[in-house]
Amino acid sequence: MRITLEKIGLRSLVWAIYAALAAGILWGIVALIRLNGPIFFIQAIIDGLRLGFMYALIALGYTMVYGIVRLINFAHGDVFMVGSFTSFYAITRYGWSFVPAILLAMLVCMALNVVIERVAYKPLRNAPRIASLITAIGVSFFLEYFTALRFVFTADFITYRRPFEVIVWDIGGVLISNITIIIVGITLALLLSLQFIIRRTKIGKAMRATALDKPAARLMGINVDAIISFTFGLGAALAGAAGVLYAIAFPQILTFMGIMPGLKAFVAAVLGGIGSIPGAFVGSLLMGTTDVLVVSFMPMGSRLRDLIAFLILIIVFLVKPTGIFGEPQAEKV
Amino acid sequence: MKRLSLPSWIPTLAVGLVLFLGVFFARSTGSISAYRYQVFQIALITAISALGLNLIYGFNGQFSLGHIGFYAIGAYGSALITKDYVSGWSGSKAGALSWMMAAQIGVVLALVCIRLLRLDRLQKRITLHTSAYLKPHEARVVSTLPLLAIIAAVLALAVAVTLGLHQVLNQTLSAAMTSLPKEIGKNLVFVLAILNGGTMAALVAYLVGLPLLRLGSDYFGIATLGFAIMIYTALQNSDLVIETMKGARGMVAIPIWTNWSWVMGVFVLLVILLRNLLRSSHGRAIISVREDEIAAQTMGVDVNQLKTLAFAVGGLFAGIGGALYAHLYGFLHPSTFNIIKGFDPLIIIVLGGLGSMTGTVLASVGVVVLIEELRVILPQGFEDWRFVIYPIILLMVMLLRSQGIMGTNEWGWFRAPLPPERDIPIPNRTPRASAATQSEDA
Repeated sequence: MRITLEKIGLRSLVWAIYAALAAGILWGIVALIRLNGPIFFIQAIIDGLRLGFMYALIALGYTMVYGIVRLINFAHGDVFMVGSFTSFYAITRYGWSFVPAILLAMLVCMALNVVIERVAYKPLRNAPRIASLITAIGVSFFLEYFTALRFVFTADFITYRRPFEVIVWDIGGVLISNITIIIVGITLALLLSLQFIIRRTKIGKAMRATALDKPAARLMGINVDAIISFTFGLGAALAGAAGVLYAIAFPQILTFMGIMPGLKAFVAAVLGGIGSIPGAFVGSLLMGTTDVLVVSFMPMGSRLRDLIAFLILIIVFLVKPTGIFGEPQAEKV
Repeated sequence: MKRLSLPSWIPTLAVGLVLFLGVFFARSTGSISAYRYQVFQIALITAISALGLNLIYGFNGQFSLGHIGFYAIGAYGSALITKDYVSGWSGSKAGALSWMMAAQIGVVLALVCIRLLRLDRLQKRITLHTSAYLKPHEARVVSTLPLLAIIAAVLALAVAVTLGLHQVLNQTLSAAMTSLPKEIGKNLVFVLAILNGGTMAALVAYLVGLPLLRLGSDYFGIATLGFAIMIYTALQNSDLVIETMKGARGMVAIPIWTNWSWVMGVFVLLVILLRNLLRSSHGRAIISVREDEIAAQTMGVDVNQLKTLAFAVGGLFAGIGGALYAHLYGFLHPSTFNIIKGFDPLIIIVLGGLGSMTGTVLASVGVVVLIEELRVILPQGFEDWRFVIYPIILLMVMLLRSQGIMGTNEWGWFRAPLPPERDIPIPNRTPRASAATQSEDA
């Protein structure tokens, strides 16, 4: 009898706590919606998703490279910046239209990242992992400061001229521009083709094999060095596309623009579980949405957005140490 | 045969003395400019901070990217104290000092209470007793509730202690400062400010490290990176909380008290502390965690405790370095502590060699002097090339010598003492015995 009472009491207590938590979260969301009206809320969500899609393109590069060589490629954000600048020159100097410009940016970034990999990471493949992390930081510094020189891109803010007219549709008060459509469309297309490459092609299979076990992949006749270079190139192509889209969405570019989106995208990749491609995508959408929600709803939100973003990262870490889609790493004895 | 050599501390002391006196007299006779004089101080301050990171990463193997956060805490914390002494911004001369001391004592008290109450055992017992009729997630919630209540009570107690202590400390310290002669009071406040900056950073490191150090290596690095960015963002908006910190405009009017003697003195003290820590049994245990965590655990090393210990001591070093930095220019700006600068200590310890104190000191002097000298060497109009040349040199060094300048080698007094030469009889293993075991294996 006593045990039954205790059992019923404790269980109802637990469920009361769960209910209170759920009610609190629901109340929070309702309060957010009621604060500035549902339209404002939906607008914030849409803007957040737009940002999240761009983060996703960057995060995929991080997560693929980490998955295959266990390297936090700090130069990735700067490759993203080079993508922006390439398209800027193609569009304003030579009057190219949007599609060739984005293709050019992707190609240039791809070539750049393959060169970086060959010069800075490949010689260190058998060295301690930290050595290539330091060269990654070095490459990142080099790209930032070299492109900031006066005869390269200059260290000033440059206004980016969009290659097309902005059209804004008003759907029941929610504003959606063709920029949003283009960003979502291109990101989804790139994501699907990436999934196709990784899941359905021979080279994708080789990539997965290399990520799983490099020596075994080499024994199976896979050219591991070529696969790693290809992965770097693939990630950079996505970052280049993201650079163009980012510049179109926020048309002011700077040689140091890659640092913060790069870090945020990286954190998003970690949030989703680094090494996992769906994880990187979901983490990025989460990151972008919270970013915009914090800016639009919190007092002083625009000043505190980075603080909140990284606070969320740490909380997720404490609850689930390997990220949302991450698999627990086996401790090797 | 006996090796005839000087005790290892003699050449080390000689180099230290030559360095100290050289810079000291060069400055007092005016043969180096005030700018170079500051560069030397920055180099040693960076070395102090980097030594802390080397303890965390080089010796204990915990990949931390957030070292600059502790540096910032030490800098801003100590600057608040000394600025209060000079300008009395908080209303009394020792307001900030007594607040910080009281808060630290309160937090330490709370931590000790929580440790003594053995909450983990309580949680385990509740889980054990309820697991018969509750699902695991329910049991977790039920067993966490009393813990939260106890922690809240302890925190309330800590806040009360802090408030009470603040009153007492404020009165006594203010009285002491007005009665002491000005020069002594100044030096006392500076020492207290450096100590407080250091201990505050150490305390924050302890609190941050406690939950985060359980994460795996790379994840811990990323979480600490997040911590550093949070500190940077908080500093940029610090004027919302404390007006004197001035947020993104930068904190001004901090007394300029750091000089070569202070830097060298603190540096020597900390180096001795670190060297002796690493040669103690705790130090060996810290190194064993780097070599193989599971093996260390098997040998009875409390891995988690040592990780937090190393992290907190590393934070202490960073905080003390930051405190010295704050009083070098008398001006603090959040951009000094941004994430780009945050890579500096990591670069330095890898360049110098992970797990080498000598290497860290050499690399920090090398890197700081290189970056500052490039400013002088480069011709007019090429100053921007500084950070183009620096990463190229960094890349070259890493590609040519990926284990760092010193590897894990040490020099002079830093080197592990050789075992005393004694005639210990080597046990005689007869070849027959080994042959027998071989045949058994076969």
